[in-house]
Amino acid sequence: MPTDKAEYTAPDSGAKTAAAAQEFETEHLEMSMGPSHPSTHGVLRLNLELDGEIVKMCDPVLGYLHRGDEKIAENMTYNQFVPYTDRLDYLAPLANNAAYAMAVEKLANMEVPERCQAIRVVTSELARISAHLLGLGAYTMDVGALTVFMITFTEREKLYKLFEELTGARFTTSYTRIGGVTRDMPDGWMDRVLTFCEELLPLLDDVEALLTRNRIWFDRTADVGVISKEDAVSYGLTGPNLRGSGVDVDLRRDAPYSGYENYEFEVPLGENGDCYDRYAIRLEEMRQSVRIVRQAIDKMPDGPFYAEEATKIFAPNKGKILTSMEELIQNFMITTEGPDMPAGEVYFEAENPKGALGFYIVSKGGGVPYRLKIRGPSFNNLSILEKVCVGGMVSDIPAILGSLDFVMGECDR
Amino acid sequence: MIAQDLKSALEEVCPELQERETLDWPAFNCPIASLFELIKTLRDNHVFDSLVDATAIDNGTEASPRFTVVYHLFSSKNHNYVRIASDCQDDKNPTAPSLCSLFNSANWMERETYDLFGIRYEDHPDLRRILMWDEYPHHPLRKEFPLAGFEEELWDPEIAAETGTKVKPAPMAGGPFVARQSAFEGDREPIAKDESWNEADEKPE
Repeated sequence: MPTDKAEYTAPDSGAKTAAAAQEFETEHLEMSMGPSHPSTHGVLRLNLELDGEIVKMCDPVLGYLHRGDEKIAENMTYNQFVPYTDRLDYLAPLANNAAYAMAVEKLANMEVPERCQAIRVVTSELARISAHLLGLGAYTMDVGALTVFMITFTEREKLYKLFEELTGARFTTSYTRIGGVTRDMPDGWMDRVLTFCEELLPLLDDVEALLTRNRIWFDRTADVGVISKEDAVSYGLTGPNLRGSGVDVDLRRDAPYSGYENYEFEVPLGENGDCYDRYAIRLEEMRQSVRIVRQAIDKMPDGPFYAEEATKIFAPNKGKILTSMEELIQNFMITTEGPDMPAGEVYFEAENPKGALGFYIVSKGGGVPYRLKIRGPSFNNLSILEKVCVGGMVSDIPAILGSLDFVMGECDR
Repeated sequence: MIAQDLKSALEEVCPELQERETLDWPAFNCPIASLFELIKTLRDNHVFDSLVDATAIDNGTEASPRFTVVYHLFSSKNHNYVRIASDCQDDKNPTAPSLCSLFNSANWMERETYDLFGIRYEDHPDLRRILMWDEYPHHPLRKEFPLAGFEEELWDPEIAAETGTKVKPAPMAGGPFVARQSAFEGDREPIAKDESWNEADEKPE
């Protein structure tokens, strides 16, 4: 990781102010930050108790975006729930779609074709790039560096054009079905993805030039919001936030799914677990994602893009429905009753941009899950706020929130 | 293999341990009295150092035992999972031991399970609702709770008095479409749950 942080020590303003505060007896102030504060990226509210500028107590209040996704899932068939997964981490819907589909396929004990796996890898990694671009841009904007936001948003817009071409929607893609994806990639789409990757790398270098050795950026992020290894594991942190604290876990490498074992990539790790490390990891992860996308496109296998033999699970090709009786019946049964699933329990986690998105499915057979629990990574990532904010300054909170890179859609579900 | 080794090692702590039906990771049923000790052993002796998921299952309004608490532990060294399930004793007022002293992540996940299922965790330091508002009287993931919800008083009495609004059930006409599980073929057609009004008959005020 490119950093010469060792040569530089951040001014420990928080500790100095804390020492000064001990000399005076001050009245504690209760303040409510959010739910519509720009740095809370959605609808998070923090109940703060302040002593001057020092945070004495931080109590996050959730639930403003609670829609009861788990209750809804118990009332509809497996395929009908795919659009709801778009709205979990709404900054990376393609990755959520793939994670959910893979969880249900694990329940059905089915293999999807290699081409489908490779398409899911490409879309998940592009979703990761898009989520990190937004997360990084918003993070730097909250801390005061507006230029980065302009760069990353321009790039993200290009990605959304590619998503629109692939899925028909920019944001809520609903791209996967149980047993495959909705449609194959259009002609020339892979070339345009490669062109995008080509253009992205120099811009990441620009972002790095703007931030990595930036004195103000150091002051705002280095040694701020430090999370120790033990805390990160105990609080159930996942994804870049866990690796920022130096814990070497990446489910793509450690518990490979969807053919991730066929691709070469590195897992960047932080040392100090501060906000700066989490920034550096996200930046490096985007470069690794580009690497994976290039390998996947290079080796893209031919063949079907959905499990054709899984006639009781995957809805057939639309063209065949209108011409063939067998497919018409199949489509009708899958639409009305849902796919035919065995009884049992599975738990599946996928390494999403924000961390490990898990689905725990309890099935009693039939097309409707009996219980579907969604383990949103942001939920656990935010639970550490009540520890990590205390003792710091109020102005550190936007940096901490930005570096944790959460999204309330999957936190409140 | 791993499941067998794990089982024989864990039976020393909890002799009543039973294997639970599973399609993926090793899973065990254990009596709720030894749940805490079992998970402590898993954490200390078997490097399952992270509690990734804690939740519950409602086995149905008529079933007994009605509530089952389920935990998923992850080992960041061996990269595998284990699932531990335990039936709550009392069907009316289910309780379970809190794991907050073992894992910090248990705090919020147990608050969520309390909020949505009404399972009380003993010795939890701060058992409040987390997703619904504090005054909300129901536990929405229980099976008797309807998808649309119930009519309730507004959480803020001042605003309620001024505006006269209430928390209303969601309008269900037109969806979501539900295929009921039933032996009778006619019940399996997808229907809207509330068909009291449509294009011809206007919605009653």
